[in-house]
This record gives sequence, C-alpha cells and structure tokens, in this order.
Amino acid sequence: MQEERFPGHKLLPYLLILPSALVIIIFLVIPFAQTIFESFFQATPFGTHKVFVGIANYIQLFEDMDYLHSVIITLIFSAFVIFVGLTISILIAMLANQKIKGIGFYQIALIWTYALSPAVAGTIWAMMFAPATGIMPYIISKLTNGYALNWMTNSSAALFIVSAAATWKMLGYNIVFFIAGLQNIPQELLESASVDGAGPWSSFFRIKFPMLSPTVTFLLFVNMLYAFFQVFGLIDIMTKGGPGNGTQILVYKLYQDGFVNLKTGFASAQSLVIFVAIAILALFQLRIATKRAVYER
Amino acid sequence: MAAKKRKEIIYTILILFSILVVSMPVILSIIISTQTPVQVYSSPPRLTPSNHFANYPAAWKSVALGRMMINSTIVAAAVTAGKIIMGLLAAFAFTHFEFRGKNFLFFVVLVTLLLPIPVRIVALFAITSSFHWIDTFWGLIVPFLASATATFLLIQRFKMVPSELLDAAKVDGCSPMRYLFQILLPLSKNTIGALIVIQFIYIWNQYLWPLMATNSKEMRVVQIGVKMLINAEAMNNWGVIMAGVVITMLPPLLVFFIMQESFMKGFALASEK
Repeated sequence: MQEERFPGHKLLPYLLILPSALVIIIFLVIPFAQTIFESFFQATPFGTHKVFVGIANYIQLFEDMDYLHSVIITLIFSAFVIFVGLTISILIAMLANQKIKGIGFYQIALIWTYALSPAVAGTIWAMMFAPATGIMPYIISKLTNGYALNWMTNSSAALFIVSAAATWKMLGYNIVFFIAGLQNIPQELLESASVDGAGPWSSFFRIKFPMLSPTVTFLLFVNMLYAFFQVFGLIDIMTKGGPGNGTQILVYKLYQDGFVNLKTGFASAQSLVIFVAIAILALFQLRIATKRAVYER
Repeated sequence: MAAKKRKEIIYTILILFSILVVSMPVILSIIISTQTPVQVYSSPPRLTPSNHFANYPAAWKSVALGRMMINSTIVAAAVTAGKIIMGLLAAFAFTHFEFRGKNFLFFVVLVTLLLPIPVRIVALFAITSSFHWIDTFWGLIVPFLASATATFLLIQRFKMVPSELLDAAKVDGCSPMRYLFQILLPLSKNTIGALIVIQFIYIWNQYLWPLMATNSKEMRVVQIGVKMLINAEAMNNWGVIMAGVVITMLPPLLVFFIMQESFMKGFALASEK
C-alpha cells in the first residue's frame, strides 16, 4: 500500500488491528460460516435436534412459489429505488451545485431528511396515504373524479407507495454524494469544453457523467444494500409484507421464515442466496468501475 | 448581466421548489402532530398547524418513549465512538506500517461490506444468545463496532497528509501513537465529523437487530417505539403518532445540524485536500 513509515515496530500494527479483527471474526465471519453450515440442516418438528438434509433447503427454496414471487417483488422494488432515486438525486444535485447566493443553506435544506430512519419515513408515508384521512388519497380522488385509492387492499398500489417512500428516504444521502462528486470535477475541464463549443447536454454526458462514475458506482452499491436490507423497518411498519404478499421483499420473508415460522435452516439458505446475489452484483459493479478508472484522478 | 441575474432567479426558484418537495412529508408530519383527532379526520384534510400540543406528552407516555430515547442515545453514542476509535487504529496500521498478512487483513475489513446483518442473522442471534447478551446493551452495541466505512475514509484522509510532517515528527523522536493522536487526529477532524454524523444516524435508525435482540420494555429503542406507538394508538390516531415520530427524529437531526459544516467538508474534502 505505502512505504514503511515506522520501521521496527513488528507487533504494533497487529495490536492496532486487533479490536476490529476480533469484532469482525466473532460477529461477522463466524456467524456467516455458521449460516452456511445451518443451511444444510433442518430442525425436527419439536425443535429438539437438527438433521442434516443436504441441499434440501435450497431445493425447497427454488420450488417455493412464494419465494420466487418475493424475488420478483425485490427486483421491482430495488430497480425503482435505485434508478428513480439516483435520477432525481443527480438532477437536484446539479441544481444545488450552482454558484448562487445562499447555496450553502439550500444544500443543507436539500439533504437534512437524510437523518430520518426508514421506520419514520414509513410511518409518515403511511399517514400521507392513509385511506380515509390521508392527503394523497384525497388529491387522487379529486383528480380522478372519485377513485378511492386503498393500498391496504391493492397490492400494486402498495408496492408503488412503499417504493416511493423508500426512494424519498434516500434522496438526502444520494444528493450529498452527488454534490461532493460534482464539486470534485476540475473547473478547467468544463471551461475548456465550453470553449470548444460543448452545450449543457454534451457537457453533462461527455464530462460530468463520466467524471461522476466513481460516485455512481458507490451509490449503486449503497442503494442496492439499502433496498435489499435497510428498508426492513419501512416495510414492517407500512405493510408487513402485504396485502397478500405483495410487498414481501426477500429480507422480510427471511425474517418471517427464520423468526416467526422458526425454520432456521430454510432462512439460512435464504441468507446465503441473498449474499451470493449481492456479491455477484458487487463484483460486476467493481469491474465496470475499474474499467472506467481512467477518469479517476 | 441581466441574463445572468435572470438565470440565478430561475435556479433559486427551482431549488426552493425541490426543497419543498423533498421536505414536504416531514413538514406534514409536524403539522399533523399539532392537530386534534377531529382535525386529523376532517375532509378536505386540514393543512395548517393547530395548537393541540397535548399530543406530545400523550405520545411520550403511551409507550414509555423517555426510556427508549435514553437507550437509543447510549447505543448510538457508544457505537459511534467505538467505530471511530477502532477505525483510527486500523487505518493507522494500514497506512503507516508494513506487516505480514496486511493484504489479507485489509480484505477481511473489505468483506464486512458484503455481510450486512440479514445475511448472518440466524447465527448472529445464536452467538449473541450464547454470550447471554440478548436484551442487554452489550448485544445492541458490540456486534456493530467494526466499521469498514470509518477505516476506509480515514485511510483516504491519512494518505493525503504530507510526508514532511512525518519526517519532522520522527526527527523530534515522536512515537507512533503520539503521531497518531497529536498530528493525524487533529488533521482529520472534518473526516471524523462526517463519520460522527454517518454512524450516529446509521445506528439510531437501526430496526431489525434491536427488534430481535431485545424483548423487555426497558431495553427497547426508539425505532421499535414508533412501531409500538402505531399498535398502541387505536384507530390510527395520527396526531399522537406523528408527535412520537417528531420526537424520535430530533436527536439525529440535532447531531446533523451541529456537525453539518464538517460533514459537508469531510465529504467534499474541500478544505482537507
């Protein structure tokens, strides 16, 4: 990584890393290894002992229509959160990157909602869309001559509203990183492009967007983890996976199977499948990122 | 100049509109938190604040929110401090020393990014139980302590420190730990400020693990309190629920506003480059 700066200290670097390493091994690596192990076992009906079942949990998983449904719901949900969220965020960040009076204040006003939790975001959106009293069903009803939006019974509406709430909650976070990324683009580059006759569109697609690619890669990864895992509280508060199982994303099903239905082996197999999916997507993003690394300074 | 002025006005209007859209749900929640049930249920919906502040004590008492606020504060403060201290030590080791297994250990820290709680939750729960840490502060704090984010951001920061500083310190006979705490630490205060905001908010907002790792009323945290409040308030008494929501979002917002300057600088790295 770098040249040796404090030669002669053989033990010290290990002592410095020890606290982090201990926590990582005890609470991350061992539980993960245990999860792999558990995924090949099933508890007996009374939970007295565990039986080795090979890959039966995995076979059961891919034959389970509920699970496949949950995969599709998760893909729709995450695609919405990632692409709608990042598009809106980059547009707002470009507005907030102008040199105008009071911009520091405006930037803070655009990102402060980042401090809210998914559970709080879910509660507020549930209030806004509450069928009898909420402002949104009222507006929709006025606009459509009386259509009564009830996402407690309409699973497509529920998925859309949950996705919108989850997207809204991440806007502040995304905008911070896009503003930071835009500020790191050297001004000379944009000036020389405008001297060469580049308009706002080509300056965005030819210069800003490629220069932002490390930021975009990072945010794709963070938003993916968010849409897969962090939104648990939002779903639990807004819909509990319903109506039917219309908003039952993978992490919610995992929780249901592992801790409500107490099928730990089955839940462990689900954990592992999610991990493999995340790891593949992360590697894929990393490859694209390193290919584009020429733009990084 | 007139064209430039007009452009500035258009941008300002667009920005104000974006601020309004982004903040609207929170503004609404504050408005509703001041309304009586009759006002909440009025049609068309009433969009102006009222003065029914009794919702706040009602929410506070309904689910013992006070105790949860204390619990969340203890957990968030402890994890934030722990993550930053451990991140400082690890980042110092990775940037200033050569040792066997360095790349492997760096890879171990990197992998933690791919192992969020849900992919190891069944076994994590079992291990935490075996320590008898379920329903204790230990169980809420220790599993979160290691941090790839803190380590990486501090590595980035340490790499930007000019090497002349180190040479001068070594001439003066400065020990490694003194160099870390007296030279590197003060130089990294914006990065640390940004980390305080990120980690405090991250831990304050945790939901799944506290839901599983606690079960007594005395150990619950505020995010679970929000859910309990919704269940406790029959007929969706939104005034009281929104009052509870507003209370639970105050501490992370306070941290955000106090630290906002170093938060923005720590990200843009404007002053630390």
